[in-house]
Amino acid sequence: MRRRAREISIVTGQKGARRIPRPVRWSLIAATAALSGCHLAVLSPAGPVAAGDRIILLDSAAIMLVIGIPTIVATVAFAWWFRASNARARYLPSFAYSGRLELIVWSIPALVVFFLGGIAWISAHTLDPAQPLESSVRPLELDVVSLDWKWLFIYPEQSVASVNRLVVPAGVPLHLRVTSASVFNVFFVPQLGSEIYSMYGMATQLNLQADHPGVYFGLSAQFSGDGFPGMSFNVDALPPVQFDQWVAATRAAGSALNGASYQKLLEQSANVRPYTYREVQPGLFDAIVRQKLPPGHGPGPLTATGEPARSDR
Amino acid sequence: MSDSALRVPPAPYQVRPDAGGAATLLVTGHGAGGPAPKRIVVGYGFWIFLLSDVVMFSALFATYAVLFKNTAGGPTARELFDLRNTAAETGCLLASTFACGMASLAVAERSLKWTQITLLVTGLLGLSFLSLEFREFAHFVHAGAGPSRSAFLSSFFALVGCHGAHVTAGLLWLGTMMAQFHFKGFREDIRHRFLCFSLFWHALDIIWVAIFSLVYLVGTLPPEMLP
Amino acid sequence: MWGKLSLQAIPLDQPIPLVSGAAVIVALGALLIWITVKGYVPYLWREWITSVDHKRIGIMYFVLGLVMLLRGFIDALMMRSQQALAFHAAGYLPPEHYDQIFSAHGTIMIFFVAMPLVIGLMNFVVPLQLGVRDVAFPTLNSVGLWLTAAGALLVNVSLVVGEFARVGWLPFPPLSELTYSPGVGVDYYLWSLQISGIGTLMTGINMVTTILKMRAPGMSYMRMPIFCWTSLASSLLIVAAFPILTATLAMLLLDRYADFHFFTNAAGGNPMMFMNLIWAWGHPEVYILILPAFGVFSEVVATFSGKSLFGRRSMIIATMAICILSFSVWLHHFFTMGAGGDVNGFFGIASMIIAVPTGVKIFNWLFTMYGGRIRFDSAMLWAVGFMVTFVIGGMTGVLLASPAADFMLHNSLFLVAHFHNTIIGGVVFGVFAGYTYWFPKAFGFRLNEALGKAAFWCWLVGFYVAFMPLYVLGLEGMTRRMQHYDRPEWHPWVLVAGVGALIILGGIVLQIAQLVSSIRNRERLREPTGDPWNARTLEWATASPPPAFNFAVLPTVTSEEPYWDSKSRAREAGRWVSEEPRYQPIEMPRNSATGFVTAFFAVVTGFSLIWHIWWLVIVGLVGAYVTFVFFAWRDIAETEISAEEVARLDRANREARAAAFAPQALP
Repeated sequence: MRRRAREISIVTGQKGARRIPRPVRWSLIAATAALSGCHLAVLSPAGPVAAGDRIILLDSAAIMLVIGIPTIVATVAFAWWFRASNARARYLPSFAYSGRLELIVWSIPALVVFFLGGIAWISAHTLDPAQPLESSVRPLELDVVSLDWKWLFIYPEQSVASVNRLVVPAGVPLHLRVTSASVFNVFFVPQLGSEIYSMYGMATQLNLQADHPGVYFGLSAQFSGDGFPGMSFNVDALPPVQFDQWVAATRAAGSALNGASYQKLLEQSANVRPYTYREVQPGLFDAIVRQKLPPGHGPGPLTATGEPARSDR
Repeated sequence: MSDSALRVPPAPYQVRPDAGGAATLLVTGHGAGGPAPKRIVVGYGFWIFLLSDVVMFSALFATYAVLFKNTAGGPTARELFDLRNTAAETGCLLASTFACGMASLAVAERSLKWTQITLLVTGLLGLSFLSLEFREFAHFVHAGAGPSRSAFLSSFFALVGCHGAHVTAGLLWLGTMMAQFHFKGFREDIRHRFLCFSLFWHALDIIWVAIFSLVYLVGTLPPEMLP
Repeated sequence: MWGKLSLQAIPLDQPIPLVSGAAVIVALGALLIWITVKGYVPYLWREWITSVDHKRIGIMYFVLGLVMLLRGFIDALMMRSQQALAFHAAGYLPPEHYDQIFSAHGTIMIFFVAMPLVIGLMNFVVPLQLGVRDVAFPTLNSVGLWLTAAGALLVNVSLVVGEFARVGWLPFPPLSELTYSPGVGVDYYLWSLQISGIGTLMTGINMVTTILKMRAPGMSYMRMPIFCWTSLASSLLIVAAFPILTATLAMLLLDRYADFHFFTNAAGGNPMMFMNLIWAWGHPEVYILILPAFGVFSEVVATFSGKSLFGRRSMIIATMAICILSFSVWLHHFFTMGAGGDVNGFFGIASMIIAVPTGVKIFNWLFTMYGGRIRFDSAMLWAVGFMVTFVIGGMTGVLLASPAADFMLHNSLFLVAHFHNTIIGGVVFGVFAGYTYWFPKAFGFRLNEALGKAAFWCWLVGFYVAFMPLYVLGLEGMTRRMQHYDRPEWHPWVLVAGVGALIILGGIVLQIAQLVSSIRNRERLREPTGDPWNARTLEWATASPPPAFNFAVLPTVTSEEPYWDSKSRAREAGRWVSEEPRYQPIEMPRNSATGFVTAFFAVVTGFSLIWHIWWLVIVGLVGAYVTFVFFAWRDIAETEISAEEVARLDRANREARAAAFAPQALP
């Protein structure tokens, strides 16, 4: 007993195994200070979807660490203890099989996976992007179109549209239908919730909510070409009254979004400053999804007959 | 280091226990008796290649199944496919495979005359298959149902065309085999290659059976019977 | 006449590719001139280029991988430095250029670094461990090597003639379709991968046939070394997965060249189909890479712990379980495509299940170390470094396997950190361990240990400094492939990651120094016995380097660790070396230029397809066919090594071993 206590104290480097050694203590403080300075958007949810995803992330991480940290510690410990120069370590050259160990070694990961799998299955359903949010408030409908290289946000019920800036009422569930005018993109607002692909000819569904007013950054999370890094946008969550005022102000100024102005939007442009449209042609989003309107035509000008000119380089 | 000189006995055989005290091992042909003879190694390797080719066709079949309904307002399978032509193609290919089987027998008999005759018949029937298929493709293109018309047609042309490309490569191989038999006779390595060729030719037949079932027969079913 | 090719294809207006391309051309030219002037060409042609010896081919694969590692790493340095500078700024790489660099980085690292390094190890080691003379199809082996090199050449040519793809390392449509990528870049990518893909498939077929049909007498399945089991699993995956890649890239090629509509936005194309197909290949691909690395660690940990591998049978079961399960998880690469709870949930659970056999392997290595007498040569350092690092990567993988978590982290730098964690910590560390471990066997002298250890620590520290910040950045919402960004909280972590890349650069420089120094000092580092590590498997029973025929007499295998057991028996019998066998003449396959010439025509065909030079395509295809017929026409396929020659070589090794072991007191 006493010898084991001495061994422990030699390992930890001081008398008594309970106290955290000073260097370790200082590094933990430093790490916490460093990490607290950064804004971990994914772990700072501003809405129920992001909050739900965050719980799954942290729970899964904690469960994994229960296995992972002892494994890493054991690796370093075994490697150090059984080094050839350690005369005190026992050499067991024929220790190559143990039924009991095999049972543990297979069943512990299996049980963890069983448990995590259950969490994954349940959360895959409850947090599915297409799953409507539970709320007493009627959801706001939003139609999102990714273009090269900007975002078009259409408010079908308010009949206005916005480019590269999404204004929403706080505390109101948002139901987004997302499509693309050209290539794949991914709509992502880290503090509000899940990513969802935008694909031409299809409309994916996403349900989000911003609980409190604030500004939350968004981006495209799927590389879509040379102008891709400029596809960032802000989500302005306003109190519902102010949101209505914004809608009214938007209806009062700006141009109309119809087939012709949409054609201009299709042309490739990047780092577009946010602006709005005061009215939207009804059924425009559906026309895009059902491929009644043509897709973006890629780089380069059109030829005289409207075909994309093929570059030779 | 080995304890004694060892001649590799033919498999299967029984390994006698040596001074090391290991248990007797009865060989079942799974390589435990030493490296397998060349004929087996060559055939086995070619089988693995054929399986990999089947995987490639599976990817094309899967794509065909997914894109089957994407006709983009253009012609559908039911409108396009002529089952009599398909039956003729099938007849040619099956007869060609039969002739190839006859050629295997001729090679076993070491009869150069019958080998070349049956191989020629194999090749001519294969060529008939290809010309029927080419005519079908040309007809589709003229009728505005070429591969650029729709995703369904793209996947049709790619799947059936890939099979046709394999048949073409096979005919090239066949011609080379006929030349090799002519100039070099029935040498062991030539026979190994012919074994691989006949495996290839038979495998193409199997793929064709899958094609005419899943593409032509299923494609011409009435719409209410399709999934 | 020259298709789309014109002088405008050479980037005279872009300084970076122009200067680097010119530098490479000058360096290569100087090297070729030096080789010619020194008279090495006949030797290189006879002993290496036309060689069908698996050992030589394995070494050439490895050299290809290491050279391409330098190119891929330079791309990484450029990416890191661009991101470090491009906060609220444009950086020094415009988007068109940056996009090519990250696409080239991923393509080169997966297809022309990791695959060749892993295949090189498999080629060199597997026949030796199986106790046979060569692989099943030696000339096919050579063809596979040179086709892989042809693909690598095409990718590098794109730097100076034309451009490379700008779509990432996997060409997702519709971005990779002609409408949105009208240049030749995607074509370079596609043809180079189709050509090298044929080579890889040949290797897979060769390895499967060798392992299943060609083993030393007495070597049943359960007596096969673990590295051979993992090579078998990896090769089975190659045979089953690479045809999917061939078909998928062919479909994209048809879209681009012949106006087909598999994945286009028009006429009913379905780009989601590409995602499914490419990842049905892509996920098995990463297991193709990691399984042989696992095999290396099994050998290294057992040897340097002085113990048999713990739980051998369950290691084999775990390996084959990983092999099969790797086909059931592909959708986890696009959970966010909206497949719904049922589908996402199924694939999430499947992805977690595959972590079970992987965890079993880690524990088995752990218990191999337990009760061992561990020698910390640098190969063992790589192994322990792997065990710690890979566990972290595996944990983040299981984290990402949960769809709800992936919804927030898909395509972010968290994902990038995860796969670099597993690929660097797993594949790269494994390859470096294998390199250190088998280098003496291949060349007859060891590598400088001190430099090797220093390189390891640089890689280990550099990896953590470069990639742990990426986990933080992913949690801060930063996505991958950004040529510039504006969020201030991202900037410091990007800078730290840049420092990490420089530390890794130090490791690479040390490895180059290690190789140069070891070659210079090879006499001092020479290792005459063939068994420098007191190892356990059959390859250590041969001389270093082994003669062309590997074993003078094929060994009879009666246990799982035949060489270790014969050493133990020798110790008991008091004799270090057994009686001389009765030497017979040995037939070995003849060298052949088929591989090299076929690859030459492959490059011609590929280049002319890229640039639409149709007549040259036909020339290339006809040339390849003629080469094939020429090879098929040869009458003499083998040469005989006389019994005297076999005896001379074998006796030299026996004397070296006797001399090395004789002075030792018998225990």
